Amino acid sequence: MRLDCPICGNRDRREFYYQGDAVMLERPAPDAGAAAWDGYLHLRANLAGETRDLWQHEAGCGAWLVVTRNTVTHAIHTVELASAVKEALR
Amino acid sequence: MRFSGLRVLREGLTGNKGWSAHWRDAEPKAEYDAIIIGGGGHGLSTAYYLAKEHGLTNIAVLEKGYLGGGNVGRNTTIVRANYFLPGNSEFYSHSLKLWEGLEEELNYNVMHSQRGLINLFHSDGQRDAFARRGNAMINQGDDAVLLDREGVRKHLPYLDFDNARFPIYGGLLHPRGGTARHDAVAWGYARGASDRGVDLIQQCEVTGIDIENGQVRGVQTTRGAIRAKKVGIVVAGRSGQVAAMAGMRLPIESHVLQAFVTEGLKPCIDHVVSFGMGHFYISQSDKGGLVFGGDLDFYASYAARGNLPMAEHVMEAGMALMPMIGKARVLRSWGGIMDMTPDGSPIIDKTETQGLFIDCGWCYGGFKAVPGSGFSFAHLMATGHHQGPAAQYRLDRFRTGKGVMDEEGTGSQHNLH
Repeated sequence: MRLDCPICGNRDRREFYYQGDAVMLERPAPDAGAAAWDGYLHLRANLAGETRDLWQHEAGCGAWLVVTRNTVTHAIHTVELASAVKEALR
Repeated sequence: MRFSGLRVLREGLTGNKGWSAHWRDAEPKAEYDAIIIGGGGHGLSTAYYLAKEHGLTNIAVLEKGYLGGGNVGRNTTIVRANYFLPGNSEFYSHSLKLWEGLEEELNYNVMHSQRGLINLFHSDGQRDAFARRGNAMINQGDDAVLLDREGVRKHLPYLDFDNARFPIYGGLLHPRGGTARHDAVAWGYARGASDRGVDLIQQCEVTGIDIENGQVRGVQTTRGAIRAKKVGIVVAGRSGQVAAMAGMRLPIESHVLQAFVTEGLKPCIDHVVSFGMGHFYISQSDKGGLVFGGDLDFYASYAARGNLPMAEHVMEAGMALMPMIGKARVLRSWGGIMDMTPDGSPIIDKTETQGLFIDCGWCYGGFKAVPGSGFSFAHLMATGHHQGPAAQYRLDRFRTGKGVMDEEGTGSQHNLH
């Protein structure tokens, strides 16, 4: 598996740290309640198919990335800078 | 049909013509008292104990593929009770006791081999942690022996004791730990359940769960609708998809875990050996293959195959620990789909839908739990009450923060276990 880092280019999976579902980009407000925080921290759609998850180019530029990929085939579709995705969410 | 030494002898002398199928390949009926989704180890043992302990025989196990075709048919077969936290400790202790009586119970040779399991340690701090774990195991009534370096050498003379990075200081021996024949466990439970009237229905994929006014009414399948007032979801790595049919999201991420088998060799590794610092563990099957594995690939996956970096890491760890295996040729490898929870402990609980139950989150340790999980889940489904220590495997413990069971002490968060 290789990821196309927008800054460094195509790199081996070993250079990346996997955080998990990109739901982690949408942090609830502190007073959003237990259900919202449970959804953010624990509950996962856990899809078999296309997912968006967060990776970090730990052994490269250090950038956080949003990766769209297929969990059934391991195909990587898009790799975007998490900062850009987060900006678009605002 | 019952197995016995006499029977084996007689069949051997008469051309083995008297053996019959081990279970009925049932057709689905329109309605059952209870349905188990998933014909793996946990689903089949649940069906068996529902029939045997609770007299519930009008039940069906629905399996989308073939019985025992998932993780119970592809794992590293380790059976142990070396857990530490209250709840886990009692649960796995009970499960191991069920294993010890399983062959008598099922009249089926599951080849349970209590060859001893040794967890190695490589520092003073690790020795303290293992001494504490061993004491917890002894307190639970199980067995544990703290071995020093020479003690380990008597059991495992072939290890590289002076490895520069991880010199071996000793090990925790769990004499009653060992292995079992994975397929036979599924087959034994299947036969026991079928004999008691349970319908085992293969090639029957559940495509929907019918819920009315908060009460489960049955399931939709590729072989038609089936009604039932109670439905149990026992589908391991596929828990997310089946729970979604009931409108639920679970605290589970499915990950890939790889394992490897070499060509058959003469007996050389007598125990199960676990090298935690290298994320490597190994045993030798009765056919002679070295069966070994490591850690997760660490990304969500349903591919049922892993990537090469983890394969390489596992091989390197094996070579660091026991250079003698370097000439063995790897025959095959595979990747299983693991239902990982944030705290690394499982879930056996009711859901918010009346009559809908779930047993999942076994992470990479489900095999040894097959008897205990089925026993506890059957009790919950039949009575509506939790059985013993399984009461701690609550679905809501992550939301409430109460009763989180982080056996490794690394934190309750996805990607840490």
